[in-house]
Amino acid sequence: MNTLSDLTAAPERTRLTRRALHKKLRDNLVGYSFIAPALIGFLAFTLLPVLAAFVIGFLNWDLLTAPTWAGIKNYAALLQDEVFLISLRNTIMWVVYYVPASIAISLILALAMNMPLRGITAFRAMLYIPVISPLLAVALLFVWLFNPDFGLINFMLSKIGIQPIGWLTDERLALPSIALMAIWKNAGWNMLIFLAALQGIPRHLYEAADLDGATKWQKFRNVTFPLLAPATFFIVIMSFIGAFQVFGEIYIMTNGGPGYSTHTLAYYLWSNAFKFNKMGYAGAISMVMFLLILLVTVLQNRFFGRKVQYDL
Amino acid sequence: MPLRKGLGTPVSYLILIVMSIVSIAPFLWMFTTSVKDQKEIFLFPPKWIPSVFKWHNYVEAWNAGGLNFSLMFYNTMLIVIPVTIFTVLASSMAAYAFARIEFLGRNFLFMLLLASMMIPGAVTLIPQFILFRELTWLDSFLPLIVPGLFGNAFAIFLLRQFFMTIPGELEDAAMIDGCSRYRIWFQMFLPLSKPAVATLTVFTFQGVYNDFIGPLIYINSQNKFTVQLGLAAFNGVYQTRYDLLMAASVFTLLPIIILFLFAQRYFIEGITMSGLKG
Repeated sequence: MNTLSDLTAAPERTRLTRRALHKKLRDNLVGYSFIAPALIGFLAFTLLPVLAAFVIGFLNWDLLTAPTWAGIKNYAALLQDEVFLISLRNTIMWVVYYVPASIAISLILALAMNMPLRGITAFRAMLYIPVISPLLAVALLFVWLFNPDFGLINFMLSKIGIQPIGWLTDERLALPSIALMAIWKNAGWNMLIFLAALQGIPRHLYEAADLDGATKWQKFRNVTFPLLAPATFFIVIMSFIGAFQVFGEIYIMTNGGPGYSTHTLAYYLWSNAFKFNKMGYAGAISMVMFLLILLVTVLQNRFFGRKVQYDL
Repeated sequence: MPLRKGLGTPVSYLILIVMSIVSIAPFLWMFTTSVKDQKEIFLFPPKWIPSVFKWHNYVEAWNAGGLNFSLMFYNTMLIVIPVTIFTVLASSMAAYAFARIEFLGRNFLFMLLLASMMIPGAVTLIPQFILFRELTWLDSFLPLIVPGLFGNAFAIFLLRQFFMTIPGELEDAAMIDGCSRYRIWFQMFLPLSKPAVATLTVFTFQGVYNDFIGPLIYINSQNKFTVQLGLAAFNGVYQTRYDLLMAASVFTLLPIIILFLFAQRYFIEGITMSGLKG
């Protein structure tokens, strides 16, 4: 594979014949014609909006009157804004509730699924149905299941003598209850990625471990676990990025309440942008989210990224 | 494969059976609620099987409160179909170039694309909203369709991984016969990548069909509602009519479940074979 410097340095090292030069030029033209749609889409709907979001964070803009320059006023206001700080705290709590449990369950499911069992296709389909289901229908269903008086979940608990629980109406429970729903809904997705990685582990490594008399736990610890590291790394990063932006579940199930107990950053951003028409303020919130996600991703990459490469 | 003998098998069965029940039971509850008479919904203890199956709930839900689910399904398809087709075409074109053609800055652009997967949607949301507002596209399908016509990073990554596994000899032979890159992409790589293309089709279809935040932000007029937006509006009006709400949920869910069950075989294969593991 050529890097940028290889390509530009090429003429000095090897004198290209006209034919080769012609082919290189044509490959470049054809190559760019192939990526043109994706490139245009990326520029118009990702890169430019990101740059614009940076600018919008420094504006006062209610969409009715022309925007005015606010400088760092929006950012300064965020630090004083109690709802923003609650939302930040709730977002971190959401990540804590959701990410580790979700990954652990997916991994357990994938390990079970990787056994030579009967009916794997049926199990896989059943575990995957929540993933493909629309969030809205599923969240509405859970509002019903979580109903304190007539919901199925409290009914089941009443059978083992547990008093009715206000899953979504109790300020302390609302956020973890929604996280429970999200874990249930998404377990099958990461399971599939783990499963693909498990199936990519060469069998001869286990055979070699068997010859050395390794126990099952040793095989898991020294073969499976390290070879799953790239998949785990990918899942951790993507789960974190997704969890940090949690919105839909909250909008449907509690609308940020009771009180501010389920306000998250994305929910507060949405409220500012589309309920209060404070585009500049919402833009500033989005930049804070961006920087926090970037920071955590870079840190994860620094600490774990280099340890997870294996060439087989 | 660790834990091949001994306790591994029964424990795995136990885990999978319990978790499958946990996965599916809520949907059964959705279904039984959807065919219950209104009086039987608020019973404690609740009934798993309704005394009478009231199928009429579905008819009532389909047209309840002036919402028209036929129109909303039609609207949804106007968005889902072009986005799905163009996502597959545009993403596979880029994926082919990244997998097979050497052009200036290829690796840099590919890294940029991968990095763009990490950009939170929350960041691009407001600038996009302002852009579409300036274009006077609000309350139309355009903001929901146009950004989906150019392919996306995830799809390009998935297809590129798959294309890399296709042997180069096939392509070389075709090139010697004077076949253009465009024909190789369309007539060789796309048909050879059925599992990956099927996976991507299902992903995109369900992603666009299930999206309710996009329509929530961009659509106001009731005659332009998508299915998801209709269900959300339904919830606003009929908050305690769980029978009708669950009936409406069932028929918004059904197309996705059917699509998945049909494409399942390809779907799993597509994910496994593309080596989608980071």
